Amino acid sequence: MPSRMRLAVMALAAVIALAASGVIGYHLTHQGAPSAPRIAIGGPIDLTAEDGRRFTNADLGGKPFAVFFGFTRCPNVCPTTLSDLTLDLEQLGPLADKLKVLFVSVDPERDTPETLKEYLSAFDPRITGLSGTPAEIASLAKDYRVFYEKVPTEGGDYTMNHTATVYLMDGKGGFTGTISLEEEQPVRVAKLKQLAENG
Amino acid sequence: MLSRLNSVRVAVRRLLTSPEERIGIAVFAMALLFVGVDAAAAHEYKIGAIEIGHPWSRATPPGAKVGGGYLTLTNDGDMPDKLVSATVEIAGRAEIHQMSVEDGVMKMRQVEGGLDIPAHGTVKLDPSGLHLMFLDLKGPLVRGTKVHGSLTFEKAGTVDVDFIVDAIGASPKPMKHDGGDSMPGMKMDH
Repeated sequence: MPSRMRLAVMALAAVIALAASGVIGYHLTHQGAPSAPRIAIGGPIDLTAEDGRRFTNADLGGKPFAVFFGFTRCPNVCPTTLSDLTLDLEQLGPLADKLKVLFVSVDPERDTPETLKEYLSAFDPRITGLSGTPAEIASLAKDYRVFYEKVPTEGGDYTMNHTATVYLMDGKGGFTGTISLEEEQPVRVAKLKQLAENG
Repeated sequence: MLSRLNSVRVAVRRLLTSPEERIGIAVFAMALLFVGVDAAAAHEYKIGAIEIGHPWSRATPPGAKVGGGYLTLTNDGDMPDKLVSATVEIAGRAEIHQMSVEDGVMKMRQVEGGLDIPAHGTVKLDPSGLHLMFLDLKGPLVRGTKVHGSLTFEKAGTVDVDFIVDAIGASPKPMKHDGGDSMPGMKMDH
């Protein structure tokens, strides 16, 4: 008798597990369906690259890209993120050439293309620095829902508050995900690998 | 020359007959290496009731105008104290800043009126929160060097300190599991 009951319980558990997997499976397969609303993050890029030339989406060559907004007078977050991305690209090996990495200044008044070029020389050469007029930066930041503002400090100086998330965009410029500050290297590399492989 | 090297190799092999012994020696040598690094990296100062644990900084990219200063402040006294100011020779000025990340937005604010160090309390300044902000850098912070500076406390007075410069992306990760001063994580920059 007890063994038959155990059998019944096991059968019931199996039925529940099957049903659950069906539900989860349905959600998983339908999440990426074209009918699902896409998050509207991203927009056309039209800025000045660190070499002084204009940089638009055409310069991405249809490659997926990671984009990060920051500024060179940023003591912690920006150098950390750029250093992390440098290590990540190295980890990716040849796959890294299948994607682009952009660093957009939210402090275009002080971050000239020359400043960016010099600053970024400490990091992976595949990271492209972009600056522009305050209006151009504001427009792209709005498209990416990036927040930034000046914070006055002593003696008329200022620092910046800004969104510190890395945005992952596919080859068509569509938003696919993010890398946040606290994520460790294996997670970051896995995300970039997926981005590079999926295009 | 070569034959001499070979004879040394043979002698060593004779001394360490088993692979276990060789591995043991190698592990011991590695351990020695790390002890050496640790002793060189960790340093501390004391003035009055305030202990200053391992002041360090991060290398700056070329052309950078700012840098960060990190350390641990421990107050062994019965009275609260305050870090009121800091200087570093390489920077025009140093300020105490608080960095925080809220909803993915990095926020920076200056800590006004000094940084409180409660009696028998510890305050950590690291890249993820409170830190010293070095402004108007006169030159780059170079990994492996020291920058000379000073810290002024309301009660304890002024003490000279050296900030040891680590890698650009160095982080104080080992600090999570202890209260004392520890060396910043040895994250490599390539």
